[in-house]
Amino acid sequence: MIKSELVQKIAEENPNLYHRDIEHMVSIVFDEIVDALARGDRVELRGFGAFSVKHRPARTGRNPRTGDPVRINEKWTPFFKAGKELRDRLNAEGRFSPHVNTGQGKQ
Amino acid sequence: MAGKTVTRADLTEAVYRALGVSRNESAAFVERILELISASLEQGDTVKISSFGTYSVRSKKLRMGRNPKTGEEVPISPRRVITFRASHVLKDRIDSGHQKDSATAAE
Repeated sequence: MIKSELVQKIAEENPNLYHRDIEHMVSIVFDEIVDALARGDRVELRGFGAFSVKHRPARTGRNPRTGDPVRINEKWTPFFKAGKELRDRLNAEGRFSPHVNTGQGKQ
Repeated sequence: MAGKTVTRADLTEAVYRALGVSRNESAAFVERILELISASLEQGDTVKISSFGTYSVRSKKLRMGRNPKTGEEVPISPRRVITFRASHVLKDRIDSGHQKDSATAAE
């Protein structure tokens, strides 16, 4: 699914609204998340997931071809962790067989 | 600079201000976007939101893990996980936002 398909679906569910307003609305939601992360805020959407910004300190890397040391500047990078509900939905009972265990250490 | 957590309420508020529909309706739109993305991922689809990022589903095979407390080996069941790959637009906005902050902090 791409953004325009997402817009299309919501537009079909809301025939009373203009398509371009739905498009605008969807953009606003994602822009709001981007703006928050750019400010250094966290975005937490229970059940769906959380976005945060991770700081990667400067380090010395290597050119894999020549082995030359390369200075890599510090950077900030976005990170998404899926929420529990979404993880569970993807791994609902019956999706995998045999279901070995939940990974919680119980056997 | 950092520290705040943005939630559904903030996204709802942004939609409400921009679209002129009721707060309830705005909240329902935010929920609907998240639900459509979740449902698509549940089907195993990739969700691509331009200038934001791409969500995809990866299948993990059964592997052996270890209980870090007891050292006991436990099987980790096959599962599906979500990966989020941020677009260049998102990465650049976050990185430049923070580089500016650290530059002013250093002065």
